[in-house]
Amino acid sequence: MNKLGNMLRDNIRQYIMVIALVVVIVLFQILTEGVLLLPLNVANLISQNAYILILAIGMLLCILTGGNVDLSVGSVAGFVGAISAIMMLKWQIPVLPTIIVSLLLGLLIGFWQGFWIAYVGVPAFIATLASMLIFRGLTLVVLKGTSLAPLPGGYTFLASGFIPDIANRGGLNLLALLLGLIASVFYIIRELSIRKNKRKYGFEVSPLAFFIPKIIGILLIINAFSFTLASYKGIPMVLVIVIALVLIYSFVTMKTIPGRHIYAFGGNAKAAQLSGVNTKRVMFWVYANMGVLAALAGVIFTGRLNSATPKAGVNFELDAIAACFIGGASTSGGVGTVVGAIVGGLLMGVLNNGMSIMGVNIDWQQTIKGFVLLAAVGFDVYSKSKSK
Amino acid sequence: MEQYALEMRNISKLFPGVKALDNVNFKVKPKHIHALVGENGAGKSTLMNILSGVYPYGTYEGEIVIDGQVCAFKNIKDSEAMGIAIIHQELALIPQLSIAENVFLCNEQTDFGAVINWNKTNTRTLEMMKKVGLNEPIETKIKNLGMGKQQLVEITKALAKDVKILILDEPTAALNDDDSKHLLDILLELKEQGITCIIISHKLHEVTKVADEITVIRDGKTISTLVKGVDEITENRIIIDMVGRELVDRFPKRTHEIGDVCFEVKNWSAYDSVDDTKLVLKNININTRKGEVVGIAGLMGAGRTEFVMSIFGRSYGKKIEGTIIKDGKEITIKNVNDAIKHGIAYVTEDRKNAGLVLIDNIKRNISLTALDKISKGIVINENEEIRVVEEFREKLRIKSSSILQKTGNLSGGNQQKVVFSKWIFSDPDVLILDEPTRGIDVGAKYEIYTIINELTANGKTIILISSELPEIIGMCDRVYVMNEGRIVGELDKEEATQVNIMNCIMQSNQEVYHE
Repeated sequence: MNKLGNMLRDNIRQYIMVIALVVVIVLFQILTEGVLLLPLNVANLISQNAYILILAIGMLLCILTGGNVDLSVGSVAGFVGAISAIMMLKWQIPVLPTIIVSLLLGLLIGFWQGFWIAYVGVPAFIATLASMLIFRGLTLVVLKGTSLAPLPGGYTFLASGFIPDIANRGGLNLLALLLGLIASVFYIIRELSIRKNKRKYGFEVSPLAFFIPKIIGILLIINAFSFTLASYKGIPMVLVIVIALVLIYSFVTMKTIPGRHIYAFGGNAKAAQLSGVNTKRVMFWVYANMGVLAALAGVIFTGRLNSATPKAGVNFELDAIAACFIGGASTSGGVGTVVGAIVGGLLMGVLNNGMSIMGVNIDWQQTIKGFVLLAAVGFDVYSKSKSK
Repeated sequence: MEQYALEMRNISKLFPGVKALDNVNFKVKPKHIHALVGENGAGKSTLMNILSGVYPYGTYEGEIVIDGQVCAFKNIKDSEAMGIAIIHQELALIPQLSIAENVFLCNEQTDFGAVINWNKTNTRTLEMMKKVGLNEPIETKIKNLGMGKQQLVEITKALAKDVKILILDEPTAALNDDDSKHLLDILLELKEQGITCIIISHKLHEVTKVADEITVIRDGKTISTLVKGVDEITENRIIIDMVGRELVDRFPKRTHEIGDVCFEVKNWSAYDSVDDTKLVLKNININTRKGEVVGIAGLMGAGRTEFVMSIFGRSYGKKIEGTIIKDGKEITIKNVNDAIKHGIAYVTEDRKNAGLVLIDNIKRNISLTALDKISKGIVINENEEIRVVEEFREKLRIKSSSILQKTGNLSGGNQQKVVFSKWIFSDPDVLILDEPTRGIDVGAKYEIYTIINELTANGKTIILISSELPEIIGMCDRVYVMNEGRIVGELDKEEATQVNIMNCIMQSNQEVYHE
């Protein structure tokens, strides 16, 4: 019984943010009298937050290297969005090449940052603060202070399009339902195989009394979610992008050598270096990667607004950083997960959205988000010091 | 009835799942040096933490009596008020501040309760420094002092608080022989001045030399208290009490043959990492044979660590010159990765800061050096990883709940076994071991020596750096003596005695003097 208690306590700590997210969703569902989870609003929630989630993934890698952040992502996103609009509207370049060039531009910017941070040794905070100013300025320069709109449909599809359905019955999107079921099956298989593996090597597995409700709960969430999407327009394109990124980056961070090197570097740079981890290269590529993701976020945000504006991307970096820390990343590096960052991002997204529906003033929204960040990290620090 | 300066009666302390202390009795007579010895994890630190108020009254059972007065410390301030000061192994000095500022940190000499009186601070610091024989300008920054002198500053700081009972945790672990001797002399002097000392140490020869009484604890229980002049005090006797059995030989024997030369470093020179006008390593030549343990002896600051780190992927030094020859072929090593690929491993002297990722588990630490061995492309095969790491855990007997335990929660000896595992996993031919048994208890030391012998039996070559001369003499087939960045002697097993090694160093010092 004691063991079950311990297990439960460990798991609750692990899932505390997920639980917080659920609580916040339920709370706002009640406060907004059911508007929050209306199919239309769910689709809205996704497209409103996708770019923050994308940035949070890249930001997490930066934070893993030792609490370093990238302050320039908002400016870079704005700049890349502006350049892409100029390419399409002024230079008449088709959509696909524009997107590819935009992402490459992001990579180049990432190289630039990585060079200063990893090889010259400028502290990440300073180097990215400089870039934040540089690219905000350049955005204003290239746009000459005005907005560019409207953008081609192919371009905005990334941000606000939906995947075409295979067949539609009674107003329900079949593709969405089908993918929900497929995801459920994959989830069950994965959980079972992890459990089997843990057993095989004699590691502790969670008791069935905990395991089964957890599986059922997650299956319910997946299918309720796909049903909600199905009753609106189906699967948003941007959701596909975010899920793909989450899967890819979770895999990279958990199952590959570069992933291990990032965690080891953040955990103890000196030990990692003396174990053969090329710490400079790790740092360089983490920031190069952040550049690409910032560019992608820029393209998606610009597509969502259907215009490139000089103010695009302001304060994105702060939301992305907050998402990572709410999601359990450590300020000293080496601790944090992609899924955690996503949960943190969603928590803030739901707060934003819920408060907007309720008509809470934007100033108060900021204030409340600030308190949530402080409470989340404060709780984390407190529970860690307790467990010692 | 005899009066004690300190009595800890029937102390018991429970941690979740572990009884760290079980009815421990610890009595210290006034103006005595009392040594507390025991293996790592025996409960010495827990006992001292209770005494100094780190674990407040109420979290343990039993009572603390000082000068006949029962005490209930709620925090460290309370114990300090009773004249107890503890100097931890990791010193608590601020490197950027001066000696005087450190000595009176949190104990500032003030006027009107808030304004620091520097005259008072400085004169009192000088006064205290005289007592411990520290001759340095009081405005010297701590970062510019050697470890030995920093230790003295810590004692000065304790004196400034009117200490009556001074506790020193492994005070000589990071000191060379000269500094250690000086420190121990200071302790004897403080005793004369009426200060009671409690010293925790693994260095038994020091303990037997200075202590008036020795208390041995094992597995959270008091095993024995030996009194100088009453009981027969020998290192062997203490070891038997500490480990609960007799260690027949502190250094296990090797029987295998030594092979041919397999690793050579020739004409090796390097400049300081920070100041590239300062030549630190001067034309060093060494070679090692298969199955051989080669020691590098020398005083603190002789350049031993700098030398091996410069070999190991240029991790130290600038403008490095010289050649490395392995198995008859010259190899170039530009970074740590090259070194690992060429079969060189380096077990650092600082396992907490440079050897392990303490927030990561055993599994991740061990596999880090050679992830490509258990991966397909860049994807790690976790089943294979678990299998390999489990093998190491079993073979090296790493005491842990599972391979998923955080290395930060392991004892020193087990941490060192993880470091050994990770380097053995990289499958090296040459293992450089820098102070491999520092801060490790007798039992774990023996296990580390056994591992070294197994490695050499498999044809590996070991370069062993150690500040403990008995270890160098007991373990090495051949010893290089290093001083001031150069090799000043090469002694084979028969010649390698403490006297000969010190002679090499002394002679070279004279040569430098005559140059």
